Amino acid sequence: MAAEVLDARRAAPAARAALDPLLSLRGIVFRPAERTILDHVDFDWDGAGVCALVGPNGAGKTVLLRTIHGLLAPHEGDVRFEGRSRPAGDLAFAGQALVFQHSSMFRGSALDNLLVVPGIGASGRERRECALAMLERVGLRELAQAPALKLSGGERQRLAIARAWLMRPRLLLLDEPTASLDPSATEQVEELIREIHDDGCRVLLTSHNLGQVSRLADEVVFLHRGRVLERTPVSAFFANPRTREARQFLQGALPWHLSSPP
Amino acid sequence: MFDVSIEELIRSFEGDVLAIVALSLRVSLSAVAIAAVIGMPLGAFVAVVRFPGRSIAVTLLNAMMGLPAVLVGLVVYLSLSRSGPLGGFGLLFTPAAMIVAQAVLTTPLVAALTRQTVEDAWRQHGETLRSLRLPLASRVRVLLWDCRFSVAAAFLAGLGRAMSEVGTVMIVGGNIDGFTRVMTTAIALETSKGDLPLAVALGIVLMALVLALNALVSTVRGVAMRRHGG
Amino acid sequence: MASVFAPLKAVGAPLAALASALAFIAALAAPPPAAAQATTITVASTTSTEQSGLFRQLLPAFEKDTGIQVKVVAVGTGQALDIGRRGDADVVFVHDPAAEEKFMAEGAGVDHKRVMYNDFVIVGPKSDPAKIRGDKSVIDAMRRIAEAKVPFASRGDRSGTNAAELRYWKDAGIDVSAAKGQWYKETGSGMGPTLNTAAGMNAYSLTDRGTWLSFRNRGDLEILVQGDERLFNQYGVMLVNPARHPQVKKEAGTKFIDWLVSDRGQQTIADYKVNGEQLFFPNAKK
Repeated sequence: MAAEVLDARRAAPAARAALDPLLSLRGIVFRPAERTILDHVDFDWDGAGVCALVGPNGAGKTVLLRTIHGLLAPHEGDVRFEGRSRPAGDLAFAGQALVFQHSSMFRGSALDNLLVVPGIGASGRERRECALAMLERVGLRELAQAPALKLSGGERQRLAIARAWLMRPRLLLLDEPTASLDPSATEQVEELIREIHDDGCRVLLTSHNLGQVSRLADEVVFLHRGRVLERTPVSAFFANPRTREARQFLQGALPWHLSSPP
Repeated sequence: MFDVSIEELIRSFEGDVLAIVALSLRVSLSAVAIAAVIGMPLGAFVAVVRFPGRSIAVTLLNAMMGLPAVLVGLVVYLSLSRSGPLGGFGLLFTPAAMIVAQAVLTTPLVAALTRQTVEDAWRQHGETLRSLRLPLASRVRVLLWDCRFSVAAAFLAGLGRAMSEVGTVMIVGGNIDGFTRVMTTAIALETSKGDLPLAVALGIVLMALVLALNALVSTVRGVAMRRHGG
Repeated sequence: MASVFAPLKAVGAPLAALASALAFIAALAAPPPAAAQATTITVASTTSTEQSGLFRQLLPAFEKDTGIQVKVVAVGTGQALDIGRRGDADVVFVHDPAAEEKFMAEGAGVDHKRVMYNDFVIVGPKSDPAKIRGDKSVIDAMRRIAEAKVPFASRGDRSGTNAAELRYWKDAGIDVSAAKGQWYKETGSGMGPTLNTAAGMNAYSLTDRGTWLSFRNRGDLEILVQGDERLFNQYGVMLVNPARHPQVKKEAGTKFIDWLVSDRGQQTIADYKVNGEQLFFPNAKK
């Protein structure tokens, strides 16, 4: 099914990648009321490795992620993905997919929720087969006809990932994907994220879970009060945080932090 | 005191009653079908698209839910009269006029209820739909599908209103014996004649239909609840 | 970009079932397709005429003789004439000679013919507080009702009956507009509802005999005054002017008018009885 198509789809922007970074944020300011949530964020990313956005609550991680996706327009500054600026209308960036912490599912079966994804096949039959194959990939094949709203938390997130994956994104964004899941469900989701990354899709996620960060990420961007304070490889971040805020943050989260990353 | 024997009641069930009930169903079902075809996409559109004057449109839709039936009847009557703007079609005093009038009456109801439920769904699923990059038409289709149970209930509400109203169909239909006489106008006529067996018989049928409609709404909600938890 | 019809398929069984059920019912209820399109005409007439049941006797006979189907819109005389003026009917059949004359003079109608008459009666409570029982003069009876200030239910709806009633008051020298809301009650509705109201409040009322004979909710009321020639109620029929309204079915409408005044039509009218009593008395000019 999808393997060849995935590669073909991804080949297109290869030429451009040499010139532009995958993601380029310049002077992003998000100031809805009196509060400034993003305070002149600059961020260029070539997409190598898994990038994790970490920071305390209210740091602006979720807003930043939505801005990257195109769901929020910054009050100042410029967002570019693959060299393109924000799409017209209210659509998200083409080539991206986003998995929310609490993904909304429609009143239908798991399969129905995958069938809403556009462009996955020419005929009804083809689209069904494609969606079923994806369900197989995320381990939800038996639940194809189950009502999506009655799935467990872990199953729902896997379904959300399946939906995002089905869009054949070049960049997958995940916002606290396992924050409300138990450890075994968390492990299943992390496994899927690894698979997607191995498949060639870039991954950028936010997470509270430092264990997860150390398991999945190659690079850490530390956000504090709307500003990027640190950006380092993951091992360096845990072993030797350079800023005081990062140190405090890590200390606060210490009980959950694995002392030596794998 | 009215004076109706069971015998008379049963006798009146032959002949007239069946034709009258059949016409009532045909008129109301057709009218609400039209109301659905126009009102559902309209309501969904108003729910999802941010256009200038949108809040006025929402207020207008909600207000028109309470349109007095006789007023709609009068306006449609004047429009369809031979001396009126749409007189050329010769629709006055025909079932078609009744369908038109009831469609005008129930479209705002269906549209307003659809808007309400689709707007709630949009609030919930908006970001997902934008993230999936679905264009407007697809968003509307997906949301209507997601809301199908509430939308079905809106349709049934429209049907209940159409079947129970007497004002518009009386004025534009003329209550012609054997041609445009429906349950409600027949009940009105027979009651005014002081001739109650037929009126009571029709009243029983109408009541049964309204109760069935309501039972259907409950069933629909029940299915939604059981299968999808809401 | 592929469409999202797939989820719509998933709307599924319940909706498909509902849609088919609706289509089935609607089809069942649809009128049988006419083998040959029968000619139909629309006749604007009055509620009292229809409620008398006359049309159920008359129209099948007419259809049998000519093959023309008649659709009767029964409203008050005022509205019936208005329907004629607007061209929404082919023939007007009412019982208000003065209004009919005006209609013809306006040029709204052509081919006016006298058809039949029935009569009005005054009904009232058995106890008859105004003491009008057996009065040979309707004018006298109305005066007594006004003087006794007993409740009187009027239609107040521009109908032929209402017009006649107002003429009697005028002839009796009574100004009923002064008494509105006191003993004089205007219901603004047809004969049946007005009689319902009269029975409910034990009031007097003027009604056509036909409606009274078929009216079953009499309560304490009975006929107190009848037979005065002034109570006779003349019916006339007119064709809506085809020069003004080209879509008027001139031939079929004329056939109806001619049939009404023909021997056959007149006999059918005379044969119509309610509870064994003749209601309408044919009097077309020979």
